[in-house]
Amino acid sequence: MPLDPSFIGRTYPPTEPYEVGREKIREFAVAVGDANPAYTDREAAKSLGHPDVIAPPTFPFVITYGAAAQVVNDPELGLDYSRVVHGDQKFSYTRPVRAGDRLAVTVSIDAIKSLAGNDVLTVRGEVHDESGEHVVTAIMTLVARAADEAGE
Amino acid sequence: MAISFDEVEVGTELPAQSFPVTRATLVQYAGASGDFNPIHWNEKFALEVGLPDVIAHGMFTMAEAVRVVTDWVGDPAAVVEYGVRFTKPVPVPNDGVGAVIEVTGKVAALLEDRKVRVDLVATSGGQKVLGMSRAVVRLA
Repeated sequence: MPLDPSFIGRTYPPTEPYEVGREKIREFAVAVGDANPAYTDREAAKSLGHPDVIAPPTFPFVITYGAAAQVVNDPELGLDYSRVVHGDQKFSYTRPVRAGDRLAVTVSIDAIKSLAGNDVLTVRGEVHDESGEHVVTAIMTLVARAADEAGE
Repeated sequence: MAISFDEVEVGTELPAQSFPVTRATLVQYAGASGDFNPIHWNEKFALEVGLPDVIAHGMFTMAEAVRVVTDWVGDPAAVVEYGVRFTKPVPVPNDGVGAVIEVTGKVAALLEDRKVRVDLVATSGGQKVLGMSRAVVRLA
């Protein structure tokens, strides 16, 4: 059953703040094999003008994907997650995520399309810090393969 | 030693890099990112849903590709926009060797405010794995 287009424009309440820790950033940087000292060395980050270590550019997905679970698991929307693949991903940064940030995500459904029987869902996450400053916008497109194609 | 806008032009190539990925890499990335989808670590499950093998997280490939940019500019905060399309999966065989993601990048456009657009090409096993892979970077 195609997704209901009346969900386009729906905005979910902001998430409880995600507190960004230095060791979480380090764990993520190590997992992607990225030795840039701005991620692990406070002095190196400060010499670049940052108040603390910063996170790699794709780290915000850890936070926004968690927030998007509201959409993915919304029973009213009825997305069949077992058929979903990640179509594309985009980030627009006002500033990098950094240690000590407490970040809330406001998730919206930007688009729902049906292409060749596949549902294409575009979910936007606006990430703000505790002062209300915009940090990053993450836009994720999910493609739910048509049911009769599942398992091909 | 930041890269200056004045020293680049359309066509300037960024140093290319190769990123190895094994099953162990995927388990580590799953833990760090919180994405425990079994297609990234359970071969039986991956085959059952029609994949050729366990595949790398798309977001792992995205994280590797942008390193060509961040290693070039030094300060990762210079990246003001970054987007990719996931066009082909990266199968990661359980042979102790795994796969390699090869990434090249070049300056594709000079923008206002000392920014440039860098277009990235990511391949694995000769297949292009990312499409429309672009970063907007503010240079010194």
